[in-house]
Amino acid sequence: MNDMTATPIAEASSLETDVIIIGAGPIGLFAVFELGLLDLKCHLVDILDRPGGQCTELYPEKPIYDIPGIPVLTGQELTDRLLTQIKPFHAQFHFGEMAAALTKLADGRWQLSTDAGTNLVAPVVVIAAGGGSFVPKRPPIAGIEAYEGKSVFYAVRKMEQLRGRDVLIAGGGDSALDWTINLAPIAKRLTLVHHRDGFRAAQHSVNRMRELVNEGRIDFHVASVKALHGEDGQLEAVTLASADKKEWQQSANAFLPFFGLTIKLGPIANFGLNLHENLIPVDTAKFESTTPGIFAIGDINSYAGKLKLILSGFHEAALMAQAAFHICRPNEKLRFQYTTSSSSLQKKLGVA
Amino acid sequence: MKIIARDRKGVEHVLEGNEGWTVMEALRDAGLPITAECGGACACATCHVYVEDGWYEKLKSPSPEETDMLDMALAVEPNSRLSCQIPINASTDGIKVTLAPE
Repeated sequence: MNDMTATPIAEASSLETDVIIIGAGPIGLFAVFELGLLDLKCHLVDILDRPGGQCTELYPEKPIYDIPGIPVLTGQELTDRLLTQIKPFHAQFHFGEMAAALTKLADGRWQLSTDAGTNLVAPVVVIAAGGGSFVPKRPPIAGIEAYEGKSVFYAVRKMEQLRGRDVLIAGGGDSALDWTINLAPIAKRLTLVHHRDGFRAAQHSVNRMRELVNEGRIDFHVASVKALHGEDGQLEAVTLASADKKEWQQSANAFLPFFGLTIKLGPIANFGLNLHENLIPVDTAKFESTTPGIFAIGDINSYAGKLKLILSGFHEAALMAQAAFHICRPNEKLRFQYTTSSSSLQKKLGVA
Repeated sequence: MKIIARDRKGVEHVLEGNEGWTVMEALRDAGLPITAECGGACACATCHVYVEDGWYEKLKSPSPEETDMLDMALAVEPNSRLSCQIPINASTDGIKVTLAPE
């Protein structure tokens, strides 16, 4: 055999751990707890910049009534409590990074690479990614893809990039208003468009934006963007339409749409896993996918009778952890213990 | 109770809605491609529909919460609603909606 390229070895800079968890939502966080009780160390990767997944991104203030033993708490509170619960286990978080590629290594372990260049290596990967990655909503404007990253931006990484440009911002939330206010002094011209003359953004931001309009420093139109005009990804003008269907064209060479985030399966689709309608089929004894060593828990898995409930994900995490232990510690015997009575578990939790 | 739903290809579907459900739930139950990421919490704007043929005016006005959340929807028109905020009852029998682009 002289086929070394087909059996890759870990990148020199890679971080080794027991379990790589994709997704730091409630189920990924609770998986840290269940794995931690079995002395398994975890690294978590999440595209969002903070823990909680849908709980904190979509409904941080909404009450949840079906967590056993907790009559009511919000998505943010659940996340905060889970973080407190897993604190003793010192999980490593990689926030703001998208799980981009999964590779089987020659030694049987898995390497997960992120879009930020982090390489994690572990015998077990747990996909707790909910519906996939949170990504910016892309307005349904024909041909917008060609402009993305060149003159259409869903986030502002460097303000300087927009200095002296003719900037168009669309949206009515905090991102749209904050960037309108922050970019107004450095843009050559700035136009904000929104489908109504009302905003869900913080009131002081709305007030400041209206001052800028009154001072003649920016323009605001109740309108939406219908078409983009330009070449080679360089925007030159846009067609705007008002609610009463009046259309007009104006120049713009940078367009920033801020319509929040949506969930797309993303690179997980290319991990080479068996997928069924964008879900990962698993067995219900271990919650392992059909690829050994790759587990799926929470909303992203599918099995007969699956309910997309947080409490189901907690159960799945507990069973997954038992199976993960046998992969990570093939020569050790798993001792089943209760946190109520086991002094060794209590020591791990820092309460003994 | 009937719901007439036009999908993104322009195909019309006649759905049987259950009283007390929402239009979003009826669309989802019928297997129409409505994302409804947040599951009906008025927190994501991914169950956006256009309410057609005069039905918009017949509905109770959207709550301030829904109006705010519609800011996060794409291609909002004057007849835009979040289908998770439209309850099905006798007064919506025959309602006509079109799935918004995503």
